[in-house]
Amino acid sequence: MNTLTASRPGLVDRGNVTAVSRPFSNPYLAGILLGLVLLATYVVTGRGLGATAGFAALATAFAGLVSPSHIQSSIVHAKYWNDGAPLLNWTLFLLLGALIGAAISGWQARRFRLTIERGPRIGDGQRLALAFAGGFIAACGAKLAKGCTSGQALTGSSILNVGSLVFLVAVFVAGFGLAYFVRKEWL
Amino acid sequence: MLPLTSSMEFSLPAELAIAAALGIGFGFALERAGFGGARKLTAVFYLYDMAVTKVMFTAVVTTMVGLFALSAMGLLDMAALYVEPTNLVAQGVGGLLFGAGFLIGGYCPGTSMAAIATGRKDALLFALGMFSGVYAYAEFTPQLDDWYKATSIGELTLPSISGVGMGWWTLLFIAVLVVGAWGMARLESRFSGLRPKS
Repeated sequence: MNTLTASRPGLVDRGNVTAVSRPFSNPYLAGILLGLVLLATYVVTGRGLGATAGFAALATAFAGLVSPSHIQSSIVHAKYWNDGAPLLNWTLFLLLGALIGAAISGWQARRFRLTIERGPRIGDGQRLALAFAGGFIAACGAKLAKGCTSGQALTGSSILNVGSLVFLVAVFVAGFGLAYFVRKEWL
Repeated sequence: MLPLTSSMEFSLPAELAIAAALGIGFGFALERAGFGGARKLTAVFYLYDMAVTKVMFTAVVTTMVGLFALSAMGLLDMAALYVEPTNLVAQGVGGLLFGAGFLIGGYCPGTSMAAIATGRKDALLFALGMFSGVYAYAEFTPQLDDWYKATSIGELTLPSISGVGMGWWTLLFIAVLVVGAWGMARLESRFSGLRPKS
């Protein structure tokens, strides 16, 4: 138990939770920060952020481990194969950086919790199964649409890409349309 | 002249170091916003906490203002920026699927990194689901990439299809953000009863 944090004003020692996590940033300030990161990405690389391509590179690396000869049979694997070095992928390194950046932020604000995020009306097992299923569905959507929240919604919208704006609207239509049916997962 | 890649070439190690550095900023910003937790992210669909739309919209407007200003000052060549070709069916259907996966899974690909880094076990499962999904796509439906190219309607932006310049669109987006901020605050107070107690 860290006596330093426990003795600071405004912090409560609640047994297993030593320190109260700091509140999140003002969303508009956080948005400006995120926008500046995206702007820097554009200014340096000429393209914006992404995330799904990092997962695709990992998947191709995995396929290469299982059966290297099989790579060329899929144009998607072939695209991420990178002459036998699929892990040296720009977006994959971006994701690794994101892990580090979020860890720094979470550590500084004492927000690290080994936990499962869910509403009070479902169990941990159900929530983990839904998290996996949701990830699978989101991946299919992102592959089809050529981008996710990063690559389409943020990156594309900021240069007023028509397809990205359509994607953004579709994401919220689906989310609001389904919200009632999965309310037990979250509320 | 910007972007930097239009006038100079980076070595692979330099490119990957740039990616990691930008990623650190990306992950830091996401975690600051509270996007390392699924309940905060999905709250937007129950209207009691609109942080997702506030952050996203502010980020988009910030970048738009920055790109417009740099290009107006002659420092940035907008034409050198990558524009993903539009395919209305792909972005429409893909967006619907993605939105469903986001709500059910609780994360999107980028925010799952922020959540894993702060200990969310469900985010790890989401990322495994993502991995399986992109793997399945590459294995079973790679021909969709050909279909996308064949049916794409090209690089379209609002300025290019409307003839109205980016500056006017930027002003419009700022106005929408200001009105939206007021509207989102009203929604949050109206639906505050849905906010979890713990």
